[in-house]
Order: sequence, then structure tokens, then C-alpha cells
Amino acid sequence: MGKVKFKEDACKGCRLCMSVCPKKILKIDETKVNPKGYHPVTCTDLNQCTGCTFCAVMCPDLIIEVYR
Amino acid sequence: MEKRFMKGNEAIAEAAVMAGCRYFYGYPITPQNEIPEYFSWRLPEVGGIFIQAESEIGAINMCYGTSGSGARVMTSSSGPGLSLKAEGISYMAGANLPVVIVNIMRAGPGLGSIQPSQSDYLQATKGGGHGDYNCLVYAPTGVQSAVDLVQLAFDKADEYRMPAIILGDGVIGQMMEPVVIQEKKPIKVDKSWATVGWKDKNRPRAVINSLSLVPSELEEWNLNLQAKYKKIKESEVLYETYNMEDSDILVVAYGSTSRTIRSAIDENELKGHKIGLFTPISLWPYPEKELKEATKGKKCVLVVEMSAGQMLQDVKLAVGDTAPVHFYGRMGGIIPTAEEIFAQILKLGEVL
Amino acid sequence: MSETLVFKRPDMLRNVGFHYCPGCTHGIIHRLIAECIEELGLSDKTIGVAPVGCSVLAYDYFNCDMQEAAHGRAPAVATGIKRVHEDACVFTYQGDGDLASIGTAEIIHAAARSENISVFFVNNAIYGMTGGQMAPTTLVGQKATTSPHGRNQKYAGMPIRMSEVMAAIEGAYYIERVMVVDVKSINNAKKAIKKSLQYQMEGKGFSMVEILSTCPTGWGMTPLDAVEWLKKDMVDYYPLGLIKEGN
Repeated sequence: MGKVKFKEDACKGCRLCMSVCPKKILKIDETKVNPKGYHPVTCTDLNQCTGCTFCAVMCPDLIIEVYR
Repeated sequence: MEKRFMKGNEAIAEAAVMAGCRYFYGYPITPQNEIPEYFSWRLPEVGGIFIQAESEIGAINMCYGTSGSGARVMTSSSGPGLSLKAEGISYMAGANLPVVIVNIMRAGPGLGSIQPSQSDYLQATKGGGHGDYNCLVYAPTGVQSAVDLVQLAFDKADEYRMPAIILGDGVIGQMMEPVVIQEKKPIKVDKSWATVGWKDKNRPRAVINSLSLVPSELEEWNLNLQAKYKKIKESEVLYETYNMEDSDILVVAYGSTSRTIRSAIDENELKGHKIGLFTPISLWPYPEKELKEATKGKKCVLVVEMSAGQMLQDVKLAVGDTAPVHFYGRMGGIIPTAEEIFAQILKLGEVL
Repeated sequence: MSETLVFKRPDMLRNVGFHYCPGCTHGIIHRLIAECIEELGLSDKTIGVAPVGCSVLAYDYFNCDMQEAAHGRAPAVATGIKRVHEDACVFTYQGDGDLASIGTAEIIHAAARSENISVFFVNNAIYGMTGGQMAPTTLVGQKATTSPHGRNQKYAGMPIRMSEVMAAIEGAYYIERVMVVDVKSINNAKKAIKKSLQYQMEGKGFSMVEILSTCPTGWGMTPLDAVEWLKKDMVDYYPLGLIKEGN
């Protein structure tokens, strides 16, 4: 069991994290717009998250913290 | 103190060593080659570092890194090399970094020639690179004067955190004179701004930089520079006078040219006229008030330079309408002789 | 259940957001360098040199003493620092316009002197900060604002493979080309960066890690398309791997 925490306000919506998530549980939340003007990323099913850190390793803006 | 017979260029290098300079970066160009050559064997003797850089650009940027790291550093060149260094000098002025830069002037423009000249006056005193900045500029009149000014330049560069230029010419660099070079302990200044690795967390993180993307912040940065320059103009002016009393013709010249004029004054008699000599030592800050004061009561002023008349502009600004200003200059690496300067003065005497 | 933090921002990066465009991989490279410095225990003896280019503000990001160099001059500035502080860890962070064009003399001669520094060369095949002009590393056919129809080999010549150029210099000790497009390549890049810093601390001399990086904005692509283009087109011209080790 893992857990990802996003600093939503700092997300630039680049989708690079989505491309490396093995569980494909990350997506852009189009219902939200952050102060930077981007739709931030969100996790659709935290129960599936293994805390593998791939998303955090890929994120160029270091907005992801991973817990296990 | 022991008097030594030394070439100007070598004396400049030794004066720097005796002022605590342990880093020199340079690139060969005539007529200043004895400076890097001297440092190349002298610095290792005192645990210092000499690097023959890939270019003048490389050299001045090594100075940036070393100065930013808190150490005394020097580079030297001649006109074409100073043009290349202009970028780095502007960055160092912008980043408040001390450095001593020697320019042993040769005749330009372009490749010009290796003979002496004073045609880099405007480049040195009006900035030379981009942006609103100035460098301290000192013009030695001989080898001892070069030694004294190099040592002063290190202290002043440190005190004001800015580049200082020794504006010599081929004559100063190449001539030999008896000279005394004493050890000069560096003035004590705070260098906690230097990058040394951030062990001491009591000081802020050191960042050496001239970038400021917020216009109001960059303007404030500039205003601070200007305030520094204003203070320097008020307190760092240097000049010499000779034979001023009762003189009616005032000659203004700097560097080796002023030496020639002393000879002209000493060796010649001008019927009914007496010649005074005003020699600016600091070319920036320029001794404006002092020169104006010196021209009071004089019938005319003659500016002599090895250029088309560069310092002439500053003389005219300083003198205003106090006295008429005349000019005599030689270019192309020709040194005006005492005789020809005397002939010029004679002509003025006839006019008066 | 107690949770352990297994991935966080390294202390060697200051807590300020990067100004980089969405999907630009500069941020990943910043993190890798910061992590390596931290893991090697070099945080308080590191002095970095920032370039001119997109990463001009690197001095705002790395939490150590920094100097900001003029365009292309970082290796000369780093030389001036390292000669004063021989025990310090000195690195430059330079882009391809900075290192492969205006700063070729400085980088080549820093290597020739075998200056004991680490150079992190970020190659994204374009001038990003000035708006996407053609770089010395722009691929043939690649569009840029000064090669609107694609780089024409006839007029602009071929792009420079800097790592191969540098490897030809006797004084260069370690040269490797890496990329940062997925987890595996990022881990490889980190190993190379760490190796470069270790070699410096062992006094081996000059080392350079070339990191292929994306510029989605300059390339006119989405970040994901940019990653794909890098993996295929860039790697095709700039082969990855160790280029030189030892001298």
C-alpha cells in the first residue's frame, strides 16, 4: 500500500507522471484549475497505489510526495 | 629599502604579488607580455596560481570566479584584449566584484600596432562594456608610479567592490627605471559575500550575480552603483601638478606623456611665459574641480595625448569657459617629443 | 498504519517553484544533481555555476553558494572558483547554446587543463529562453524560429556531438551521455551525475555528463510527444552511453 500526495497548486499538467504510472491511476482533473492556470493531476484510485515513486521520479516540478 | 632596476611590466606584476595577489589569468599580447611571463614563475613561488587562459574572455571570467570566491586577482592585456574583456568587466561591475585589470595601451583601432598609445582612454573611463557602470582608472606616469598605483588599486577595488584599471601605455610597460617595491598588507574588508561553500549558516547563501529581472529591483541595484560612484568621485580623485606657480600656460597630460612634458618644461625656456603641468592620476574619477581650479588665471590650456583627443573631452567639460583649450596629439604609436611639444607651446605663446 | 515518506524534495533544492515550461525536463535534472550532492555529503562544500539560457535562474534553485556566469563562460568561472577552493565540489550547469556554441573555447580548454570540475550539459537541441532559435545541436530537418523550414544541412551544417568532441581531449576523464525520459533513464542519468561528482572528489579531473532533455515549447510538441521524439530522433543522432572513462 502506498500513497501519493500532490501539491496541486504547483502542477503544470504536463502528464509526464501519467506516462510512467504502472497502475494507470493518474489523470488530469479537468474540473479544477489551479492558480497557475493548469488542470492539475489527480489519483483516481489511491487503493491501487503501490508507492512505487515512478510518478515522483518523472515529475519535473517535484510536486509529488510518496508515502509507503 | 632596496632599489631595483626593473621594467614597468615586471614591476607591475611584482607590486601585485607584494599586495597579496595570488591569482593571475592572462593571454599573450604585446606590449604587456612581461606581465604574464613574470607571474608564470613568480606566483608558484608564493603558492599562487597562474593560468594562461584560452583567450582574454576566458581570463576575465576566471577573474570573475576567483574574485567571487574572495581572493585577490589580476589580469592584464592591451587594447584589443580589453575589447574582449569588456563583457566580463561589465559583469564584474554589475556583480560588485573587485579585480585589478592592467591595460598597457597600444595604438589602434583594430589590430593597429604594438607601439605605445593612449587611445583607450574613452574605453576605460566611460565604461567600455554594456550598461551604466564605471571602473576606477589609474594612469601611472612611470615605473614607481605604476607600482604604487597597482597596490592602491587592489585596496580600492576591495574597498568599493568594483574593477580597477591600471591604464598604462607601451612606454610605461617597456621602460626600465629604479623602483622600490614594498609589501603592502591588504586592507581589511568584509568578504562574507564570497562563495566558499555554505558551511557557515549564520551568513546568507552567497550568490554572485548581475541578473535582476524585476525592473524596480534592477533600478535600485543601479542606484546603489551610482551612489557608490558618487562617493568615489567625492573622495578618490588623484592628480599631480608641476611648476604651477605664476605659470600662464597650463599643459594637461597623463601617463608617460606627462613625463615628456616635464622634460619640455625643464629643458626649455619660453620667453615671457611660464608653463605649468596638470597630471590627472585618477582618470576615473576625473579631477574635474581640481583642474578647473588650476586653470583659473591661466591664459590657455594645452592638452597633449597620444590619441586623437580623448581626454580632451573631459578637460573641456572640466574647464568650461575658464580658459581656451587647445590640443596636440600624435597617433599610430608615435610618441610626441619634448621638442615638438615645446614647439606647440611656443606657438601658443606667440598667439597669446 | 504508519506511513513513511519515501520520496521528497531534496534539501539541496530551495523551496521555490521552477519557472520552466510544463513538461520541460530541466527540473528532473536539477533534482538529480541536488540528490547526488546531498547523498555524497557535499552540500556545504559545493559551489555551483549557473549559465545563461533557460537555466539562468539555477542559482535560485540549488541550495548552495552559486555564481551566475556570462553566456558560455561557466567553465572559466568554475576554473576561477576551483583554483581558490581546491577542496570544494564545483559544478557548472550549461545548456547547448551556452556550451556548444558561444562557450566552445571555454569548455574545451577547461577540459584541456583537466580542471577538476563536473559539467552538466543539458542538450535540448534548441535555444529555449530566447524563443526557440536553431542551436548548434538542432537536428537536420528540425524546425526552429531561425530555421523555419527545418535545419538545412547545406546552409547550417550538421549538429555538433559535443560529448564526442570532448572525449577527444586528453584532459577529459569522464564523459557520458544520458537522457531523462522515463524512470529507467532517469536512474541511469543519476548514476552518471553521481559518478562525475565522485570522480571530482577523487581528483580525477574534468568530467562532463551530457543530458538529453526535452523542450516541448520550443519543439512545438506536447510533453509526451517531446519525450517520444527525444527517444527516437535525438537518440538516433546522439547515441547514449559511456563515451570516455579514464585518461
